[in-house]
Amino acid sequence: MIGLLPDRLYRDRRIAWAAFGVLAVLLIALPFLVEAGLGRTWVRILDFAMLYVMLALGLNIVVGFAGLLDLGYVAFYAVGAYFYAILASPQFGLHLPFWVLLPMGAGIACLFGVLLGAPTLRLRGDYLAIVTLGFGEIIRIFLNNLNAPVNVTNGPQGINMIDPVRLGGHALTRPIELFGVQISGPHAHYYLFLGLTLLVIFAAIRLQHSRIGRAWAAIREDEVAAEAMGIHTRNVKLLAFAMGATFGGLGGGLFAAFQGFVSPESFTLMESIMILCMVVLGGMGHIPGVILGAVLLTMLPEALRYVGPLQQELIGRVAVDPADLRMLLFGVALVLVMLFRPQGLWPSPVRARELHPDNPDQVRQEQESLYDAER
Amino acid sequence: MTSKLLITLVLGAASWSMPAWLTAAETIEIGCVAPLTGPQAHLGKDIENGARLAVDTINASTPTIGGQPVQFVLLVEDDQADPKTATVVAQKLVDEGVKGVVGHLNSGASIPASRIYAENGVPQVSPASTAVAYTNQGFDTTYRLMANDSQQGKALGQYATRLGKRVAVVDDRTAYGQGLIDEVVKSVEASGGKVVGREYTTDKSTDFTAILTSLKAKRPDVVVFGGMDPQAAPMVRQMRTLGMKTPFMGGDGMQSAEFIKLAGPAAEGAVGSSPGLPLEQMPGGADFTKRFGERFGKVQIYAPFSHDAAVVLIQAMLRAGSAEPKQYLPELAKTQLDGVIGPIAFDAKGDLRDGPVTLYQVKSGQWQPVETIGGPAAK
Amino acid sequence: MDVLLQQLINGLILGSLYALVALGYTMVYGILELINFAHGEIVMVGAMVSVSVLVALTAAGVPVALALPLALAAAVVVCVVTGVLVERVAYRPLRNAPRLAPLITAIGVSIVLQNLAMIFWGRQYLSFPPVIEVQVYAVLGATVSNIQILILVVAALTMGGLLLLVNRTRLGRAMRATAQNREVAGLMGVDVNRVIAATFIVGSALAAVAGLLIASYYGIAHYNMGFILGLKAFSAAVLGGIGNIPGALLGGLLLGVIESLGAGYIGDLTGGFLGSHYQDIFAFLILILVLTFRPSGLLGERVADRA
Repeated sequence: MIGLLPDRLYRDRRIAWAAFGVLAVLLIALPFLVEAGLGRTWVRILDFAMLYVMLALGLNIVVGFAGLLDLGYVAFYAVGAYFYAILASPQFGLHLPFWVLLPMGAGIACLFGVLLGAPTLRLRGDYLAIVTLGFGEIIRIFLNNLNAPVNVTNGPQGINMIDPVRLGGHALTRPIELFGVQISGPHAHYYLFLGLTLLVIFAAIRLQHSRIGRAWAAIREDEVAAEAMGIHTRNVKLLAFAMGATFGGLGGGLFAAFQGFVSPESFTLMESIMILCMVVLGGMGHIPGVILGAVLLTMLPEALRYVGPLQQELIGRVAVDPADLRMLLFGVALVLVMLFRPQGLWPSPVRARELHPDNPDQVRQEQESLYDAER
Repeated sequence: MTSKLLITLVLGAASWSMPAWLTAAETIEIGCVAPLTGPQAHLGKDIENGARLAVDTINASTPTIGGQPVQFVLLVEDDQADPKTATVVAQKLVDEGVKGVVGHLNSGASIPASRIYAENGVPQVSPASTAVAYTNQGFDTTYRLMANDSQQGKALGQYATRLGKRVAVVDDRTAYGQGLIDEVVKSVEASGGKVVGREYTTDKSTDFTAILTSLKAKRPDVVVFGGMDPQAAPMVRQMRTLGMKTPFMGGDGMQSAEFIKLAGPAAEGAVGSSPGLPLEQMPGGADFTKRFGERFGKVQIYAPFSHDAAVVLIQAMLRAGSAEPKQYLPELAKTQLDGVIGPIAFDAKGDLRDGPVTLYQVKSGQWQPVETIGGPAAK
Repeated sequence: MDVLLQQLINGLILGSLYALVALGYTMVYGILELINFAHGEIVMVGAMVSVSVLVALTAAGVPVALALPLALAAAVVVCVVTGVLVERVAYRPLRNAPRLAPLITAIGVSIVLQNLAMIFWGRQYLSFPPVIEVQVYAVLGATVSNIQILILVVAALTMGGLLLLVNRTRLGRAMRATAQNREVAGLMGVDVNRVIAATFIVGSALAAVAGLLIASYYGIAHYNMGFILGLKAFSAAVLGGIGNIPGALLGGLLLGVIESLGAGYIGDLTGGFLGSHYQDIFAFLILILVLTFRPSGLLGERVADRA
């Protein structure tokens, strides 16, 4: 949490704790403020935002930290979601507890990450991207078709009536009274997701500042040099893949329990690209930036709802359907960010200096080193 | 927030222009959800307009509940045909305190949303969702007015076996296509036919020559496709190019003008099914077309169904003398009325009892009704 | 026997289409080492433009013999402009950036083109007007149509023309030099920017031809027809050896035949355990296997550091 704050505040402990306290109160009160101001719908949107923060942070480990472009990230999300759905629904009549399945699902996703990563990680850059894309599609095709000869995934129909999260025998979807405050399903999920998101943020920060995190950064900047420095690049890259997949699997399990229904439609390539968009837009490799990107892009479709009436008011008719604008904006954002602000909206101070240095000498040197890395 | 404000404004304006006795009327909110943006916006609008016509007509008759004058208000939401958005707007409607919901269009949206309505005890009548799973969840709040895919698949299978005993099927691996073809297969086997080949494609494919060639080798008497028109049209063209003269059939996904446009001359003779009666054969069809036409123009598909969905909900409230879901839900289950679409009664799951399915055939470039299978007329 | 022959014909036609699209990927990759993700969308633009123009012209009473070449010309112009614009705006500024950057913009451009096409043409499918009377010929118990023969002929001619261009002309020599080493080629007096632009022009013109053929063969065109087609064509290029022009032809034809035979026989071979629902997996499986075990493809040279 403290890692989110600017360095300046971090240095002064008292200010840091005060800020921390304010932030904590704010986060706890947030769903109630949002509900009062915008309606409970927005609490549900907030829940989805948290979910995407977790996913984006997971992808950020692979793309942002280690510099490996993964276009099939949604496959791990799907594995986590289906793992929970299959073992906690009428599909096989199994109803294993959420708290057992969630870490197991994350573990299975991690295993898939290793299985995919082991043979393919020696590929570099664009080849890896395209292989992961193929892997994502293969997983989706299997999920869509594994209803025969043995019905595992229920095919295109998806799995319905998935068990909700239970806390001490209480299903989180049902409203509950706590200390005289009415806590609805979306509110309860908010706190659950918030807790797990904080855990994911904590893990991501610790990873970034660990030995492994520095190894990832080294590989990202120059793989050959990293290897020369004694970094076992294959294992370290594999670890990035596995960690990213784990977070994806975690998000998947939560999605399945929250939504109560999973089908292959939810795990298309576009979903992968949307999560990638969050990472790129927010700032690759910078945790607060990625969080910002995830929150912004989750809210975008909601904001676009007002575009229709706005057009009506301004030009008297709805010229462009707002639903049509969403993907277009994603595409434009990807291009513009890469062209003009590759460090993202909220870049990490270090990378911003790397990518936008003030000193021309440094520019040349930087370009050359990046160029070398590509050779 | 904005929508609340808007409603207050609209209601304010309405009460200002209404007679004094109406301002005293209690308002009861009914939700209406459908995709109002995106590729199905015109169909969503059709649903909204149908429900609006019903609500306005009933309001004009100065309804009373428990002796109190009441007015019904439609709260319209856009689910963008997206499962995730569907749950968000379902939550929104529940929070706004709607007493019943007309919607959604797509089964993929209706199913996740139905869970939220069920948890909050809000009755939902879908005018359009046909997936079997929708009413199969054990919720007592879930109803629909359209024959489901099982009823449609059954009709398709029966008709197919009359054309020949050797039936080949293709599905597009979507929830709709696969569900429909599963039912067709059951129905073919029950009617004494044999499924000689089952092939698969996707909802994005355009090349079907490989699967059609292997089906051709199995010499089917008829090919039944579960999927949408953009696949059905090239499929039937490729069948003809491959020299297959076998009759081609499909469900409501291809029973569209688009199919004829895309398939060209190859469309001739194809058979497509659609739940419900043809609009002109509905008992209230002519009158509805006229009333709807005066206000909204042409009926797309779903307006008569969403109209009746709103009527069914409101009638149950009136009969129960309460707009509280707990009070009127038993009345809803007991519904017996003659709607625009024909006689309406529900079975234990909430499906339309004896939902009719109509088969159409392309004759000189037009879909012509050939036969209605099921429905009250069958009895 | 006629089933096997028919499946081979089906596969060759599908494969020729893949090969035509794969050429565009392979040319750009050969020179820039960039996966031009947007190439599939350029094919889509070619299909949409040619169908729209054809519909407009035939409605205005222009004879088919004139309308068809005009539609193709319009498609070529629009595709070339789009292709060059994409290169200029989205790829050139990033030529020396880390390799992930142009790949991400390529994905972005692909999404942008798709959605612009959707806003411009709408979401419905465009129908190719029935200007070419379909003739079906029986060959040894299988059938072939005139459009299918046309596709084979066009694919063969294009391939021949392209090989001549690359191996026998000044531009071709400049292209090969740029592909080998951009800086050195520049030092030797090759205008690298112009060569790259020329590559995009040729690739986009090929995409327009492919778009028209695909639309006429399947009878439909749609704003999202390009993405999956592009992925499969890219797989074909990888299979043949990316950067290698005859490789694109070989890879395309092979992928088409594998898909056809796979979809046709997988059910019988596995006793119904797997069926034609796995048809789309072959392309991705080939992609993964080739990239993992033989990144240079069937005809490519060893390019260890690229792998």
